[in-house]
This record gives sequence, C-alpha cells and structure tokens, in this order.
Amino acid sequence: MQSIMNGVSNIGGYTRNVISFIGMSFVFLLNIFKSLFSRIPPIREIVRQIQFIGVKSLPVLLVSSLFTGMAVALNLYNALIRFGSADLLGPSVAVGLIRELGPVMTALMIIARVSSATCAEIGIMRNEQQFDALDCMAVNSYRYVMLPRLMAALISLPILTAVFDMVGIAGGYIVGVVIHGESAGTYIQGIFDTVTFNDVLIGQIKSLVFAVLIIWIPMAYGYFLHLNRKAAGAAGVSHATTKAVVISAISMLVMNFIISSLML
Amino acid sequence: MKNLSLDFVVGLFVIAGVTLLLYMSVNIGGASLSDAGHYSLIAKFENTSGLKEGAFVEVSGVRVGQAKSIRFDPEAFEAVVEIVLEDSVQVPEDSIASIRTAGIIGDRFIKITPGGSDEFLVQGDEIIETEPSISLEELVSKYMFNNE
Amino acid sequence: MTSIISIDNLDAHYDDRQVLFDVNLQVNPGEIMVIMGGSGSGKSTLLKHLLALKKPTQGKIQIDGHDIGSISSKELKELRKKMGVAFQGGALLSSLTVGDNVRLPLEHNTNLDTQTIDIMVRLKLELMNLAGFENLMPAELSGGMLKRAGLARAVIMDPRILCFDEPSAGLDPVTSVELDELILKLREAMNMTMIIVTHELESAFKIADRIMVLFDGKVAMVGTPDEIRNSDDKRIQNLINRKSRDEEVDGDAYLKRLVTGD
Repeated sequence: MQSIMNGVSNIGGYTRNVISFIGMSFVFLLNIFKSLFSRIPPIREIVRQIQFIGVKSLPVLLVSSLFTGMAVALNLYNALIRFGSADLLGPSVAVGLIRELGPVMTALMIIARVSSATCAEIGIMRNEQQFDALDCMAVNSYRYVMLPRLMAALISLPILTAVFDMVGIAGGYIVGVVIHGESAGTYIQGIFDTVTFNDVLIGQIKSLVFAVLIIWIPMAYGYFLHLNRKAAGAAGVSHATTKAVVISAISMLVMNFIISSLML
Repeated sequence: MKNLSLDFVVGLFVIAGVTLLLYMSVNIGGASLSDAGHYSLIAKFENTSGLKEGAFVEVSGVRVGQAKSIRFDPEAFEAVVEIVLEDSVQVPEDSIASIRTAGIIGDRFIKITPGGSDEFLVQGDEIIETEPSISLEELVSKYMFNNE
Repeated sequence: MTSIISIDNLDAHYDDRQVLFDVNLQVNPGEIMVIMGGSGSGKSTLLKHLLALKKPTQGKIQIDGHDIGSISSKELKELRKKMGVAFQGGALLSSLTVGDNVRLPLEHNTNLDTQTIDIMVRLKLELMNLAGFENLMPAELSGGMLKRAGLARAVIMDPRILCFDEPSAGLDPVTSVELDELILKLREAMNMTMIIVTHELESAFKIADRIMVLFDGKVAMVGTPDEIRNSDDKRIQNLINRKSRDEEVDGDAYLKRLVTGD
C-alpha cells in the first residue's frame, strides 16, 4: 500500500516538475524575444554564432546530404522502374527532399552538432556562475547570450536546409543519371516542372520552426541546470545535454508531422 | 585580421545561402517575384476535368504561362479558367484553347492554337474558341459503342 | 553613521529546507565585513540574497537605501552598476578573452569610447598584476589569475560596494596572502565597502574590520576580529582552533543514525 502511494506521488511530483519546467521554458523564450527590442542586438556575437551553427556545419551537412540524396534515389529508382516511370525519379527525389527530408535531416544534424554543444556550454556557464555574474553586472544575459544563438539558428537553418536540398538532388542525379543512365534532361526538367513554390515554402517554414525548437530547448535545459538538485556539476551537464538532445529531436519530429498535415 | 576573416566567411555563407534560397524559390519552385511582365486571359470550358490550378499553358509545345484559377460559373454552367501569360506572348483573338493530356496518363495542360487574326487579345479578354478536356473513358466507350 | 547595507530578520529556504534563520546585519560605509562560517553554514546563500539573485522567504534587505525585495528592475539595474561582485571561480565568460571580460560592464553600461575603455581596462589589470594577459582566454589562466581577473571586472565600474566570494579558496598560501593585500590596497585606493565571504580564518582576521560568524544558518556572533578571538562561544573557539564540530560524540545517537538512517 505504501509503495503504491509512493508511486502515485512520484508520478505527481514528476508531472509537477515537467509542467513547471515547460512553463519556465516558455517564459525563457518570451524573454529572449523581448530582449530583441531592448537595444541593438549584439551583431558581433550573432556573426560568431552563425559561424558556429552555419558555416562549420557545412562539411558534415554536405556529406550527409549527398549520401541521403543518393540512397533515396536508389530506392525510388528501383521502385519506379517496375512501373516504367523512372522518368519521375527527379521530381520524386526533389519533392521528398524539399518537403520532408531536407528540413528534418538538417535539423537532426544540427541537433547532433549544435544543440548538444549549446546545452553543455550554457550548462557549464550556469555551473561557473557566469549567469550570476552577468546579472550582477547588469548585463542582460538573454540579450547577450541567448538572443545571438537564436538569431543565428534562424538565419543558418533555412540556408543549411537549402544546401541539403540541392546537394541531395545532385546525389539523386548521380544515381539516376550517372549510374543508371536516365536522361539528364528528364531528371532536371522534371524537377523544374513538378516542384511548386508551395513545396519550397513548406520546407522553409519547417526549417524556421525547427531552428527555434532545436536551439531553444537546449538553451533552456542549460540555463535551468541549477534547478535540478539531483544531478549537479558535471553529472548535471551530462544529464541535461542528453535530455536536451532527445527532447529536441522528438519535438522536432512531432512538429514536422504537425506542419506537414496542416499544410498539405 | 582574424575578425575580418570571420566576417568574410560568415558573409559569404549568408550571401551564397540566400542566393541558393532565391534560386530554389524562383527557378525550381517557380515563384513569381512580381506580377509585372504578365497578363491574364479568360477561357470558358464545358469540361475541365483533370485540369489543376497551376497547370501549364503551351503554345506550339512551348510553355508560356499557367492556369491561375479555375472557377465554376453557376449561371452558364461552365468552368472559367484564368490563364496567366508572359507579356512577350501575343495571342490572336481567334485562337483556340484546348485542354490536353501529356501522354496517356500524364498531367492535363492547356494548349493554345494560334489563329490568323491581326488583332491580339489583351489583359482580361476572353478566348472564345475552346475545346473541353477529353475523357479517356468516354473515348473508349464511344469506340466500343460504335462498333456494336 | 547610517549603514549602507542592512539585513533585517532574513529567512531563506531551498525548496523546503530552511538555510538561513533570522539573520540581522548592518554594514557601515567603507567597512570590510567578513562573513565567516564552515561549509553549509549558509554564507553563500546570504551572499546570493545580498546580490538579489535569490528572493528571501522573509525579511528585508536594504542596500544604499533601496529595499531590494520590492525594487523595480530598472532601479535594481542602477543599483547593480554601483556594486561589484567577484565570484569564487572568477565566473569569467569562457567565450571572451580576459580583456573583453573586464571591459564587458563598461561596454554595456556606459557610453565611453573604445579608447577610454581600453585605458581603464589596462589600468585595472595592471592593479591586479595581470598586465599583458588581456588577450588570453580564461581557460589559459590559473585559478589565482582567474580570481584576480574576476576582481578586475568587479571593480571596473568603480563600485561603492564590492562583494567577494571566497577570495582564498583553492589558492596556495602565498597567492592567498597576495590577494588579501590586494583587497586592502583596493579599499585604500577606492574606499569601497566590502562584503567578503570566506571560510579562511587567517585571511578573515587579517582583512576584516568586523566579522560575522554563521553556524547552520544562524548568526553566532558579529564583532571585530579581537572580539571574535576572545569569544567564549565554544563553536567559535572550535572554528578558530580548527577542531572538529562534534567533539563529544554521542555514541548511542551515532549508532542509531547508522542503523536507522535518520
């Protein structure tokens, strides 16, 4: 009986923690957006963060997008050839990449590369009292630390997604045209004819929404690190980073489905 | 110097990225940045079955525009299609607009067969002569019915 | 003389656990007040409340005439410009160089031109024996240097009040003595009021005008170093003579704790 009671109250306590964390995180996000209007955003920091989130992600993105495009084209080609519609390869690869795979895969790569690092960095800043120090210096840490990362993600992700799309389409070209000898004109013209502005728009809307999610969640986990009394210090950072990455990825995928179904 | 190269790399990234984005939106996605350089005509069809908004408009097999909107006119019991054409394409007033199919199961598109008139249609004019879309099933059943 | 900082009946909690019990303190302008106590005595929590980083459960803290419990965020910002804080590990931003860290408050809170800021930064680094280290990253500095860089940043705005968390923790004796001398030098040069939190007796007795001793969240005594030394409070004598806290072990209670885990 006692253990059942304990179990129930554990669930209750857990729920309370989750809800209060979600509430704090939204206030946190609101504060970041609010800090946008207080003074000129720190351009220098934004540039540095674009360098970190955008430029330095390019190599890993180029490789992953090329191989993703090739793998998708390979599978689609083998499916399409059975119906004698291999000429639809270009459009299929392009639409698939632009609407779904491009934004999602880009976001996943950025979660792996940037979200984890961001959470760890901000968590350690919290541990080393750097946020206390900023508060005491009357420096707005939302404006100075969080805003540049959010802005940089909002600028970088659409660009990275576009790069992913284009390189992926090129990967499909390699498989369809170079390896399987489909006509280059059919592949490319098919893409021009089929892909609509709407497709590109959906992909870009997704990338913007994902940008907010995958930078906001790790920042919140790092910033509120000290509230987790069970795991402090290095263990706290590792715990928060793991959670931030998992929650970022899951909420990104859920949001992807929601946007897809809303905008189909 | 260190800062300069950082700015340069990031600037390059943003400029190249935005260019790529624009290319994707405009060329691949076919977004028109403005309405300038285009004019629209109207064509009424008895049947537009299978024609979608955004379908191509072709003259002599060359794509020159697209079907912007398809409405049903409840008074005339006709489908009204708004066609957007590039300014450089001039359509004689006695031209014929017909709905065709690319291949046997391909997409429907509008084919404009130019007439011989010296008068050209301008913004908002109507292409009077139209041919409705031909349904494959109707064709087949007609053929079978005639052979009986 | 009116006090520049006054704490009245302060209670503080972490979740359900009470860590400060009815703390009262008056600090006079220009005074070096040392808050002393063992680990877990609540001295860091007290500092957090003084810096308005935590809201007290009960009680009032007044700094320079402002009640920081009910102060507007704009007034708090102004107040913070008059307060410098040196944190335990320096708390330098790890993404900025030492120089950029020190100039950060000036860049954000003043409209001084870059050249003036450069000069002020160099001046303060010189004072802390850190000249020539501007362009290093915090990760490249030793613990003592980090503390001094943090101190340079804390005094860059020429604050009226300086708070210093554990100046000598984790430093070798020589560096620690150097830092103590630096603190005295600073007070002489700028006539600041200082709140220094420490558990180091030697440095506390050396620099303090007055000392507040905290035990388990309660004020044991406030007085001059001599008064503290001559106190007949047993716990304070234990602290001074570095004796363990439970000298007389209650055998039964100890055994009971082990067995039942209470």
